[in-house]
Amino acid sequence: MQSLPPLPERPLHPYELVPYTGRKFAQAFHIFCRGCGYGAIGQLLCRIFKDDKLDETLYPFIVGVGCYSALPLVLPGRALMTPHGRTLAVATGIKLANPKLTPICIAGDGDNLAIGTNHFVQSCRRNIGIVLIMLHNNIYGMTGGQVAPTTPMGMRASTATYGYLEDEFDPVALALTAGATYVARWTTAHPRQFMKSVRKALQWKGFSFIDMVSQCPTYFGRNNDMSEPIDVFNWIKGNTIPLEKTKGMSEEELKGKFVVGEFRESPRKELSEKYIELIEQLRSRSKRK
Amino acid sequence: MADYIYDYDMPSKPYVWMGNEALVEGALAAGCRFFAGYPITPQNEVPERMSERLPKLGGRFIQMEDEMASISAIVGASFAGLKAMTSTSGPGFSLMQEVMSWASSIEVPMVVADVQRTGPGAGIVNLPHHSDIIQAHYGGNGEYPVIAYAPSSCQELFDYTIDAFNDAELYRLPVVIFSDSLLGHIHEKVVVPPLEALKQRVIPRKLVTYEEDGKTPLPRNKYYTFTSFDRKTNTYKITIPPNIATDYFPEWLPAVTHSPQSIASEYQESAELEVYTLNNKLGDKVVKVQEYFMEDADVAIVCYGLPFRSALRAVKLAREEGIKAGVFRLVTVWPFARKAIRELSQKVKKLLVPEINMGQILIWVEAAVEDGTTVEGIPAISRLHEPKELLDKLKEVVH
Repeated sequence: MQSLPPLPERPLHPYELVPYTGRKFAQAFHIFCRGCGYGAIGQLLCRIFKDDKLDETLYPFIVGVGCYSALPLVLPGRALMTPHGRTLAVATGIKLANPKLTPICIAGDGDNLAIGTNHFVQSCRRNIGIVLIMLHNNIYGMTGGQVAPTTPMGMRASTATYGYLEDEFDPVALALTAGATYVARWTTAHPRQFMKSVRKALQWKGFSFIDMVSQCPTYFGRNNDMSEPIDVFNWIKGNTIPLEKTKGMSEEELKGKFVVGEFRESPRKELSEKYIELIEQLRSRSKRK
Repeated sequence: MADYIYDYDMPSKPYVWMGNEALVEGALAAGCRFFAGYPITPQNEVPERMSERLPKLGGRFIQMEDEMASISAIVGASFAGLKAMTSTSGPGFSLMQEVMSWASSIEVPMVVADVQRTGPGAGIVNLPHHSDIIQAHYGGNGEYPVIAYAPSSCQELFDYTIDAFNDAELYRLPVVIFSDSLLGHIHEKVVVPPLEALKQRVIPRKLVTYEEDGKTPLPRNKYYTFTSFDRKTNTYKITIPPNIATDYFPEWLPAVTHSPQSIASEYQESAELEVYTLNNKLGDKVVKVQEYFMEDADVAIVCYGLPFRSALRAVKLAREEGIKAGVFRLVTVWPFARKAIRELSQKVKKLLVPEINMGQILIWVEAAVEDGTTVEGIPAISRLHEPKELLDKLKEVVH
């Protein structure tokens, strides 16, 4: 594998693209569609690793199945791709077997709220030290734009030609109810806030969940009369309400909106920590005998 | 082999253990330090004993939310450097097939114990039924190899579980142990060998791949993540499993079709190479069979698992009556001992196949024998064959 030329310490412009992509392959590329938000998210994650000089061996990426399965092409460190929906279960095994590691799970809304919901809910409850970044694009992009549990009611998709009849999932509410200790939601229009949240999550002792709303112009946009990437981006932006401003707003007003912000930061004891303590307790007890 | 700390703690002496307990102790003796499971009768004693024993040995136990999660967690734990296993029964085993297929393709060393019960559906939880024999090999999507042990006593559960873990380390694939609700609940004598002898037997998890001198770590670009085929020597080279906490882990370990260097690919050639490599890497090396009274036998009973004990008894009784019968036992059901069965059919012209199912291995035996050999299945559903039943069959076949 060819090594890349040395990179400048810090980019002059925060959105300068070159220094942060294509670490692994001589040609920097990703395979996302024009206007997709995933490329930007990949770049933001690369930026955190580079700026904070994080030890890549401590933060393995566990990637599910979706368009973002190709993110490891640009992500730093090591990545393990799992079957559809099993990211958190695999990461639980990794974290418990080696508590020094902090697995970063990247899962989609279909991955995490449809086939893998059980793992998601249980991981929140278990409070195991995993960072879950859920890429939330309201659609199944890789398979051709089918409805996802997050598709807003009335929106069209390739399996909802006349509009989706069901209510959408609110992953943040689910995570809060299930007992996640750090919960945040940002959109691709909030890159700096997202980076701040990820930095916090990486140091967080316990399960942290970041819901990252992203645009899918190819399927979500095209099916819903938003032909240009910027239209979907603006649709997300227009439906975004910061958490501070939701005080006094009724449920009706909040319906179909993306409330962004940090929803919870309440530390609880982490599972692998508890397990190591148990092992040490048992050891000291057997020594006393 | 480099010296390593062996911390199994049961003193060497005879114990009376239930089958499921012997399985647990065998796993712990083999160095298993991670268990993820989900309750399902009749394997419940396995996670119960694991949850008590593992923390004492510095291992980890977790009860997951379902069987898919359990088997996924042991894949993660195995990549994080611990020997890992899960256990389940029929309905749970069918849920695990998704990850069995994935784990075979990315060559994860791990062990799955299947304490089988009656099916189909939820069936009967406390009656034995070897219902998952074919499922273990052909249950998941794609074509992949599997090693499956079929012990017939508690001592064998202890011993073959160690062998299963060793095979998983050597050949990098999920290894299945077939138990059943009868074998899992028999109480029998199990002798734990001296710890020094156990240590010699167990193959520890290696961490880093070295050059041929055994000292210099291989540079990353020379390290193959997966089994590779050497065209010059026509051999398969199985490498040490990668560890996600070290440098010896690929930058992207894909769940899709990949090259030995762990590069994802969508070319037909890559699929061909991967499927051939996976299915041929075992060769005939792992097939284990046992023969009893076979020197001058006219009729042989081909069996595996618990029916072996009935068959052995029946053959001993038959010998007393002057019937030249023998037992040909498959210790590893998979990979199937095709060559050995073919050689057997050249010597013996009549084969009986007693199974606690409708005949899942019978079709394999029929396919493997030479023309002119008669093969007869003796199915028993949810019960073990009586020795007398097999003896009567032997008499009927001989006369």
